[in-house]
Amino acid sequence: MRREKIISLLLMFAALSAISGLALITAFIFKEGLPIMMQVGLGQFILSSNWYPTEGEFGIFPMIVGSLAVTAGAMVIGVVFGLACAVLLTQFSPPRLVSIVKPSIELLAGIPSVVYGFMGVVILVPFIRDTLGPAMVSLHLASDPGPGLSVLAASIVLGIMVLPTITSISVDALQAAPRSYREGSLALGATEWQTTHRVLLRAARSGIVAAIILGMGRAVGETMAVIMVAGNTLDVPHSIFDPVRTLTSNIALEMGYAAGDHRKALFATGIVLFVIIMVLNTIALAVSRRRAGKAVAR
Amino acid sequence: MMKWLMIFAALLVALLVVSFGLGGRKEGALEIIGSTSVEPFAEMLAQEYEKTHPGRYVNVQGGGSTAGIQAAINGIADIGTCSRALKPEETGFTTFLLARDGLAVVVHPSNPVSNLTHQQIQRIFAGDVANWREVGGDDRAIHVITREEGSGTREAFMKLVMGKARVSRKALTQESNGAVKELVRNDPGGIGYMSLGLAHGLKLVAVDGVAPSAEAALSGQYRLVRPFLFITRGAPSERAKAFIDFVLWPPAQKLLEQEGLVRAK
Repeated sequence: MRREKIISLLLMFAALSAISGLALITAFIFKEGLPIMMQVGLGQFILSSNWYPTEGEFGIFPMIVGSLAVTAGAMVIGVVFGLACAVLLTQFSPPRLVSIVKPSIELLAGIPSVVYGFMGVVILVPFIRDTLGPAMVSLHLASDPGPGLSVLAASIVLGIMVLPTITSISVDALQAAPRSYREGSLALGATEWQTTHRVLLRAARSGIVAAIILGMGRAVGETMAVIMVAGNTLDVPHSIFDPVRTLTSNIALEMGYAAGDHRKALFATGIVLFVIIMVLNTIALAVSRRRAGKAVAR
Repeated sequence: MMKWLMIFAALLVALLVVSFGLGGRKEGALEIIGSTSVEPFAEMLAQEYEKTHPGRYVNVQGGGSTAGIQAAINGIADIGTCSRALKPEETGFTTFLLARDGLAVVVHPSNPVSNLTHQQIQRIFAGDVANWREVGGDDRAIHVITREEGSGTREAFMKLVMGKARVSRKALTQESNGAVKELVRNDPGGIGYMSLGLAHGLKLVAVDGVAPSAEAALSGQYRLVRPFLFITRGAPSERAKAFIDFVLWPPAQKLLEQEGLVRAK
């Protein structure tokens, strides 16, 4: 009995230390970043395009746009391929194939992000600069082939990086849909594909949304790979061939050197990022709660 | 279950012991922190120093010029390194000029442009000139590559070339000499700047007709030259002094010259 109590105390301690870590980080970021944000003015900080930190001008608008653009691009790639993969694995493939494909997709999550970034720099960036960019220019779809380092390159790299998150959570959601839905639909004469996209994808919708939002959180937060392939300019991108700087890259690029107000402004950048990720996570939580509520109602 | 846990824990402990044993910091090692431009040269000097002074150890780390100054001020490092002139507000420590370094403007080896005026370089980096054709090259967009805020190389470039002008917002930003080099080497439209001593395999542009070289920098003909500094808080400690003396000693200076730096006069 006593032993039980000690163990439960130990577990409690471990759980609390994880939470207090989060609380301390939050408090620290806000303590360091909020004063400069107030001093510059929230509107100015978020909406100005002038980032000259050593001259006292702090505007992170291009980086907010950058983070959103790169994330949106990553989601287009990640959702299309991730969802297609999840549908294939749950509806149209023999168990043998699933047992090979699913673990290998999940293995993608274990590859360090520098490796993704490196592959991007070595393969993707030259391809975009030397082949895709000029092709777009000759088709009059872009005015400048660009340096290869671009929104597109970052989106593709991030899209591949979020695949395991989106695929494996979507697979779980699709598998959680009651068997009777599928059987009922097929019994009514619907084809396999009609059953999949009219019945099962809808039944699993909230789980799939949660998967997408979790993937999005990961894409917003990724740093290393993005620094390597995005080019890190301070301009608002006008096309997917333009280079871009994200919020995370801004922090990581300059933190090593920054001092004084510059350092504080980087923490303030962190606050903006923190708020964006919090919003995403809250949505994900709300959506998955709604799903849980529905399951009980059934 | 318990048994596996024990084995796991034992492995973990063993790993820790081994890694500390091998990589741990040696007692009494001299800590040098700072500029990534100075880092490779400081490392080479450290190796030489350890070879000729048995029992002395030197740890060299990067982090940047500003970080180097910070490290020297809070005493994390015995010596901070800095690859730009100090700013007026940066006072209260002792500095030693270990060498000077030319700042090279670099382009892709296939680029036909081999000379640019000071003003042309300024206008290219400010984004006013956007095509190589305008400065006598091919019809190709210019991709400007700069360093991140706070980098000593960037600040030296700003001071020596840009003056009051700002680097274009469209400039690509890379976080090390190596990354700039990699980008310029592969991009036919690229232009960047970096330490002369590290710019191998790229085309070096002559500035106002003077090709960058250690000799031209020493004679004062080549103007884009910046100091490499050692910084200590107050007077250097005994072990820091020994290393600094070693570096300023002619044989070590000669070594630096062979690596493409300009000796401290």
